[in-house]
Amino acid sequence: MTASQTLPNSLRTGPDDRGHFGQFGGRYVAETLMPLILDLEREYRRAQADPAFKAEFDDLLKNYVGRPSPLWLARRLTDHLGGGKIYLKREDLNHTGAHKINNCIGQILLAKRMGKQKIIAETGAGQHGVATATVAALFGLPCTIFMGAVDVARQQPNVFRMKLLGAEVVAVESGAKTLKDAMNEALRHWVANVHDTFYIIGTVAGPHPYPELVRDFQSVIGDEAKAQILEAEGRLPDMLIAPVGGGSNAIGLFHPFLDDAGVEIVGVEAAGEGLDGKHAASLAGGRPGILHGNKTYLLQDEDGQITEAHSISAGLDYPGIGPEHSWLHDIGRVRYEPVTDAEALASFQKLTQLEGIIPALESAHAIAAAERIAPTLGKDKIIIVNCSGRGDKDIFTVAEALGVEL
Amino acid sequence: MTRFAATFAKPRTALIAFITAGDGDTAANLDALVAGGADVIELGMPFTDPMADGPAIQAANLRSLAKGTTTADIFAMAAAFRARHAEVPLVLMGYANPMTVRGADWFAAECAKAGVDGIICVDIPSEEDAELGPSLRTAGVDLIRLATPTTDPARLPAALEGAGGFLYYVSVAGITGLQQAAQASIEEAVARLKAATDLPVAVGFGVRTPKQAAQIARVADGVVVGSAFIDIIAEHGDAAAPHVEAFTRSLADAIHGAKEIAA
Repeated sequence: MTASQTLPNSLRTGPDDRGHFGQFGGRYVAETLMPLILDLEREYRRAQADPAFKAEFDDLLKNYVGRPSPLWLARRLTDHLGGGKIYLKREDLNHTGAHKINNCIGQILLAKRMGKQKIIAETGAGQHGVATATVAALFGLPCTIFMGAVDVARQQPNVFRMKLLGAEVVAVESGAKTLKDAMNEALRHWVANVHDTFYIIGTVAGPHPYPELVRDFQSVIGDEAKAQILEAEGRLPDMLIAPVGGGSNAIGLFHPFLDDAGVEIVGVEAAGEGLDGKHAASLAGGRPGILHGNKTYLLQDEDGQITEAHSISAGLDYPGIGPEHSWLHDIGRVRYEPVTDAEALASFQKLTQLEGIIPALESAHAIAAAERIAPTLGKDKIIIVNCSGRGDKDIFTVAEALGVEL
Repeated sequence: MTRFAATFAKPRTALIAFITAGDGDTAANLDALVAGGADVIELGMPFTDPMADGPAIQAANLRSLAKGTTTADIFAMAAAFRARHAEVPLVLMGYANPMTVRGADWFAAECAKAGVDGIICVDIPSEEDAELGPSLRTAGVDLIRLATPTTDPARLPAALEGAGGFLYYVSVAGITGLQQAAQASIEEAVARLKAATDLPVAVGFGVRTPKQAAQIARVADGVVVGSAFIDIIAEHGDAAAPHVEAFTRSLADAIHGAKEIAA
């Protein structure tokens, strides 16, 4: 396929007015939620047209989150791999330790505009829950976080952080008790409390306009990276690499580069124990279907029942993926590669030892892909890897995997 | 005349009973519902992620799936029901993914073949009608739409477009089986809906007792009861049929006589 012949003029215009990216996306929600989704879209359009909204968002990102996040040239990792030059986009240095806060700032400003009194969110690893609890504290709004009981057990430090921040954490006991079930429970709570509650969805999934607005709030990552690499190298990178669960950090980095045809883009899916075993690679191992308000690639059986995802990284442990990623996959603009638990674990340690940066296990998946790809590229090539979060939250999981008792 | 039309042409309010396919002895429970006086049957298609359902129906979904219930099993149950009960309208209720995974045309054709009269799909609002609606209408299967307390008058015409069978008024903004709506709000809503459509209006969500059902039956064309049946099946397992029949009768007696008492 020759990209220039088959791609439309811009890949950055989606979704259409009904929330579709190609066949993906949409608004597959219960009738009770439909009016609220339409309200949210109207309010988001008004916010987009309001310079005061952007000014407040930018101010909070700069002075509260600590943006711009640095673009770090990982010299020792680059030398070690002996190929392309690797830059890390340091989202791990944001307030609360991951990219998630960017989106939460944007959504709580929307909640405020809409006059909503209460905040809810789902969380997997706890990073989005912490980021949501943080902005709820900042704006003085009561906050309830839905988290699978299994994730509550494996992410205790984040659970405690959320509680310190004043959030109520609901351990969800249904299904496999992970991120998917937390999202079901958050939707159930929302449907019963639509009049006063704003649901801060943590990734580029869910019903339209969530995939669009989360992407827009996260696009600060790619906008900054573009300016930073132009300043450092005087040109665009040859490749971007980011981990993909739902895909918010990845779309945030990718989106501003989608129309730059010379930039190769790689998303990294969690292959868990391997693609023939338990994994969370929706694109590599799934088919299009409908869940949580959108049509997208899903892990499912022949009857359309959703199958359980697995990843060592709680943040990637989800059987779906954002609809824009499904579309970018189908049109071939982004290449998605699987990385296993074992590879991520090895890269987690390697980056820590070579660069003095402890990455989140999610981010370690992207590092592993970079380790695989960089040696195949010439030394004149430039790669930007999204270091989407810091790994402090994961040290217990890593210790257990390495057989170390803390 | 369709089975829906014949049922709602009767001078009494219809009892619409919901159970989850594959939870307990479904064939025996379906027969018990009919014997007890249910006028319309809603058979739930189990799904791993029943986002609009409360704890009772969530658990029923998981019990059914744990027993290995497949879509083919559900159509077999539906076809067998139709063979035993020629007149009673049968509705499949569930979520979009199991209904569309093999394509909407396939699903609609299977429904028609099995004698299914209507479909309720929780997570396909009218905005996404193209996903399922055209295939069902081509196959002669009614797509039953939902209206809720949050459906404002401006949206109602859109929500009703392409609707058939009856209009299902979800009386509480919430999930199945938990709260109960105030009678006054139900009466107001039913009046508003009946002014907007010629379809019969059925009311459901949170209706658990004959007394509640009778109150709603005075104003509605149908009353839906679900979680209360699911609780009986959860308690009695494969031996639930006699209990299901007795409870159905108590509801049917209360509902069928409601309009006469009111008049």
